[in-house]
Amino acid sequence: MTNRHTIQIQVNGIDYERSVEPRTTLVDFLRDDLALKGTHVGCEHGVCGACSVLLNDDPVRSCCMFAVQADGMRVKTVEGLAPNRAEMSKLQDAFCEKHALQCGYCTPGMLIACTALLTRCPKPTQAQVREAISGNLCRCTGYQQIVDAVMYASSDESKQHG
Amino acid sequence: MKAAVFEYTRVQEIAQALDYLAQFGGDAKLLAGGQSLVPMMAMRLARPAWLIDIDRVATLKTHTFNASHVRIGAGTRQKTVEHSAEFAAALPLLRKALKWVGHEQTRNRGTIGGSVAYADPSAEIPLTCLVLNGVMNLQSQARGVRQVAAADFFQGPMFTALEDDECLTAIDLPVWQGAHVGTAFEETAIRHGDFAMASAACQLQTDDQGKVVRVSMGLGGVDGTPLVFPELSAQLQGKVLTPEIAKEVAFAAAARCNPGSDMHAQPSYRKDLAAKLLARVLIHCASDAMALTQRA
Repeated sequence: MTNRHTIQIQVNGIDYERSVEPRTTLVDFLRDDLALKGTHVGCEHGVCGACSVLLNDDPVRSCCMFAVQADGMRVKTVEGLAPNRAEMSKLQDAFCEKHALQCGYCTPGMLIACTALLTRCPKPTQAQVREAISGNLCRCTGYQQIVDAVMYASSDESKQHG
Repeated sequence: MKAAVFEYTRVQEIAQALDYLAQFGGDAKLLAGGQSLVPMMAMRLARPAWLIDIDRVATLKTHTFNASHVRIGAGTRQKTVEHSAEFAAALPLLRKALKWVGHEQTRNRGTIGGSVAYADPSAEIPLTCLVLNGVMNLQSQARGVRQVAAADFFQGPMFTALEDDECLTAIDLPVWQGAHVGTAFEETAIRHGDFAMASAACQLQTDDQGKVVRVSMGLGGVDGTPLVFPELSAQLQGKVLTPEIAKEVAFAAAARCNPGSDMHAQPSYRKDLAAKLLARVLIHCASDAMALTQRA
């Protein structure tokens, strides 16, 4: 048996067919096979949240599943959040406005987790934001600016953006 | 790290999975949500030669609600239970426990059966199954279906009654009928969603006067398996639960635990924590029970 499997997967609206080794994680597949380097690899065992992507609209850790498991599914990565090239989503813009990142390593995961939150709950409380990012580690911001950014993105003040 | 090389197959029917397990036994692992297994493989704590993906087996995702119990397909995602009004009404304790299980990203993939089958001693779903006196349905090609009570199923840290050729297919959790059924789940972890330093769960039914008719309580994270305390529960019958009684019972329960030690807490601290949490859930349960004149 050749130890490769052909998968069909939609990433950021584009359909791909690729042959993968079963042990390739979804995050390695996105980065190495599709050259989508926006999703970051952190701990590789489901603790840090840096690799979060939307799988059929739900946030999941892409290091905790093999690409072969995502056969037939839809994935959205940080590259797919902006409405158009050279633009930013309202949330991405709010991260800039509120200085919600320093080194930026956790940012793709944070954006995915918070995008999922805002889709489900457009006007979250601070507690809901903290709950939504509880699975994502950030060692720079102390989280407060990230919470501020999500609150800002969900407020009327941010309407002029994105 | 990256997982070692393995062969992968995806099955659509439980019979196919059982067939593979009969062939490969201990060299194969079932893969559903992967939230326990994939990290273990990444750290090479697990190196199965075969992964049998049962995540798309439809029969493992069904659940049936009876008056007396709920049968939960082992492949039911944790998020499904978390967001279901039907589960909240029938099994409020499970719903409350799920609030403490991992993070949204893991609950979106993780399954109820996966958490039970991996039997982490600090995991919330095994504790809940034990407190509710659940029954595990285990299926193999050679021996068909057998049922194992939760108390016999959890045998040690990450160690259960599951044989190499068996698949956990469903979990039966009893539904407590009648009015005044209270539930509570509490936990302390370094960060919400992390492994519990200690957790406590309780389900309690009172009569109209607030006297305990029946109660089941348990502790997680403070021994090799989750623990329940049937003798202590029996002592509470017929009594109105005061903070003093709750504290006394909770400390008696905690005294029976054998917690481990790590950089975060020593055994003595964990025992004390377990007692405090158990006393708290007992009191919460009693007031919850009196507030609920009928099953929500």
